[in-house]
Amino acid sequence: MTDTPNVLSLTSISKSFPGVVALEDVDFSLRKGEIQALMGENGAGKSTLIKVLTGVEHPDSGSIQLDGKQVQVRSPKHSQELGISTVYQEVNLCTNISVAENIMLGHEPRRFGNIHWKKLNALARQALSRLGIKVDVTQPLGNYSIAIQQMVAIARSLEILSAKVLILDEPTSSLDIHETNLLFDVMRKLKSEGIGIIFITHFLDQVYQIADRITVLRNGKLVGTYDIASLPRVELIAKMLGRTVTDLNAISQVKSSMEQDKSSQYVAEAKGMGLKGSLEPIDLELNASEILGIAGLLGSGRTELANLIFGIDTPDSGTLLIKGQKVEHFSPMESLKRGIALCPEDRKAEGVLGDLTIRENIILALQARYGWFKFMGAKKQYEIAQKYIELLGIRTPSPDQLVKNLSGGNQQKVILARWLVTQPHILILDEPTRGIDVGAKIEIQKLVLDLAKEGMSVMFISSELEEVLRISHRVIVLRDHKKAAEYSSDVGDQTIMHTMAGGL
Amino acid sequence: MKDGNYAAPDKEGGRVNSRLKRIRESRLFWPLVAWALILLFNTIFIPEFFKIGVLDGHLYGNLVDVLNNGAPLALVAIGMTMVIATGGVDLSVGAVIAISAAMGAVLINPALGNKLISNDILTKDATNTPLGLIVLADLAAGTLCGLWNGLLVSRARIQPMVATLILMVAGRGIAQLITNGQIITIYYSPYFWFGNGYILGLPVSIYIVAVVFVLAWVGVRKTSIGLFVESVGINSKATFYSGISEKNIKLLAYTFCGFCSALAGLILSSYVHSADGNNNGLNYELDAILAVVMGGTLMAGGRFSLLASIIGALVIWTFTLSMYTIGVPANALLAGRAVLVLIVILLYSHQFRQILNRLFERKGTCNDTKS
Repeated sequence: MTDTPNVLSLTSISKSFPGVVALEDVDFSLRKGEIQALMGENGAGKSTLIKVLTGVEHPDSGSIQLDGKQVQVRSPKHSQELGISTVYQEVNLCTNISVAENIMLGHEPRRFGNIHWKKLNALARQALSRLGIKVDVTQPLGNYSIAIQQMVAIARSLEILSAKVLILDEPTSSLDIHETNLLFDVMRKLKSEGIGIIFITHFLDQVYQIADRITVLRNGKLVGTYDIASLPRVELIAKMLGRTVTDLNAISQVKSSMEQDKSSQYVAEAKGMGLKGSLEPIDLELNASEILGIAGLLGSGRTELANLIFGIDTPDSGTLLIKGQKVEHFSPMESLKRGIALCPEDRKAEGVLGDLTIRENIILALQARYGWFKFMGAKKQYEIAQKYIELLGIRTPSPDQLVKNLSGGNQQKVILARWLVTQPHILILDEPTRGIDVGAKIEIQKLVLDLAKEGMSVMFISSELEEVLRISHRVIVLRDHKKAAEYSSDVGDQTIMHTMAGGL
Repeated sequence: MKDGNYAAPDKEGGRVNSRLKRIRESRLFWPLVAWALILLFNTIFIPEFFKIGVLDGHLYGNLVDVLNNGAPLALVAIGMTMVIATGGVDLSVGAVIAISAAMGAVLINPALGNKLISNDILTKDATNTPLGLIVLADLAAGTLCGLWNGLLVSRARIQPMVATLILMVAGRGIAQLITNGQIITIYYSPYFWFGNGYILGLPVSIYIVAVVFVLAWVGVRKTSIGLFVESVGINSKATFYSGISEKNIKLLAYTFCGFCSALAGLILSSYVHSADGNNNGLNYELDAILAVVMGGTLMAGGRFSLLASIIGALVIWTFTLSMYTIGVPANALLAGRAVLVLIVILLYSHQFRQILNRLFERKGTCNDTKS
């Protein structure tokens, strides 16, 4: 197997966006007739790598070889012409025209200048039968399930675009077990025909069911490519989450010196709080001066939990008590008044206001609490902004700098500042250190500990297990939108990883 | 300043005369340039454009006409600026103008069954309703329309263009229902004051614009509303996550826009002494959007300047009157306007500006090497 030639190889690909290094010196190779899983948490660089391959983004440096030939992928269309096809979770086909037309679109056989319908349908049928699929190709595509629609997309890639490399981006996330197996059969068939398949998924089971090799990315860097047999599940998770040995004794010391006031009532207490389709009913308690870590893989319900407590979503079962008071109305506006703060997971979409200045970003939540008519004067705004720029060490020439011009770590600090200005009792941090460099990460961790020391309750959500364990007093592990277990922080990371992976 | 992409142009620009750059990047710069260019054209080709005379103690002349005729558009542009700054658009302003005008006319002179109620209504100063009530009804009707738009956009989450399109189409029908399908002529001279009256030699409409502008400016810049509006326009989700009710901000913007349009309708119907459901405020939505865009507010929302939008409105009217003065027929005027729009929008295009900036900078560096 090892002497099978590579159909695709990428050498030291780098790509950076303003403030973020998305890919750094990544090597990647795909053999003929291989199914390779591409793994990594959000922000690891998977999607950027795919975008480079499909010509959506152009790498800053590095080279791509297809079938031994150096190529430059100029655009998505060009990538298809080269033989790299992608099938996304959401199928990019027209649901209102027939299956056959979808497969043959742009390449319809013609006779006397008109479309030769008989031949068109025959060709389409043939393309699908190659995948072992039999459907009525004259029906509109929309009449069929997502699974069949994906097959149609794959058939089109193979027949019309004669793909050598097929990228399947989260193809199974909306499929049931039977459909998934159907897809896997097709993938095996293509594999035997010598097509290289890149398979991206969050489902570990499926990776071990079908993939030959696994490539793991983390923080834009290549962790490694491994044969499936030589990489047990727990090790895969360890590699995805990263367990860099950093000397952080200082942080552990601060934590162990802290004492929580457990005698008084909980700062926050959820009893069977849940929302259908988002989070199964959950119990949790939060003490004053406590850092509660939330661990779990992506999609395990971490962000959903944060959104329920902060009031982005309203739970449909159970209750939430904040300082003993039952919460009736869930909304960010109410949470702001109650002293709950959330630094959201998606910094760009839900956090920063790029075209506003640092000063305006920092005062925004406090001004929201003051309302429309009690407007802070410019002087007070500058005072607050200046104070927090110094406090958090935001590196900027002036408070009037636009936030979009800051690096990821500094943007995160600005959002943190926005909430700290409001002096919350409960601070929910959803992936506060994602995509920021190690130095800024440690600064933020220290800050969180200092805040907790002063009496703030913190919910710390992170995909980096090491980080969660280092700064939390207790850890709740979520799996499949459920609370799987609760541990004190001196539990080993192996135990937690086993819980995250589902006891395997 | 870590990241290259955004910071780079700033660094480049630092080499050039920074004061020149600051002027060039001011929100008022491009609309003022456009205005200056038109006025320059007029100085050369139609010097009589600048003649201002005094008649019966009132100022008159083309420049006064620009201000007077441009007042309704300036008012609508103020409201439209707020809506566009939230990332939306209001296509219904023209229809709201018609509704407001119809409301006023029908209260002065109700036409029932295609017949006037009595003949004494044809005398100059007759009305069925006190003036204060007429004005109030005008403004209330428009504000309600704005509220309706705001509810559709903020509560029903309908795309702004679609939501306001509904009233854009239906509004003209409503206006005709109010006037019973008639063009109602107004015979009530106190009502004419809004569009034709003078205070201290200047048209009343100018004062109305000034008052609305000052109130709006204080309302957005001396409260947190302006900041919240910009914040909603830049990223409405992040604004919501910051504990701001983006729904109420949007509702406010559309309602205010309806109010401004109603005021414009009042002035327009007063100016022409009539209300016509079909033609009052025709194409005002397009001109208002144009004025706002010329004022440098992005259609995507975000940073805005009320004054720049007013100047945008003045540019449109100066251009229109200049073309009339040199004898361009009304039907060719639209083509001329298109050219104006193209030029201004080009000046705002990022790509085009980069080309301009590069030209400026090349000159700058040349000078540097010489010295």
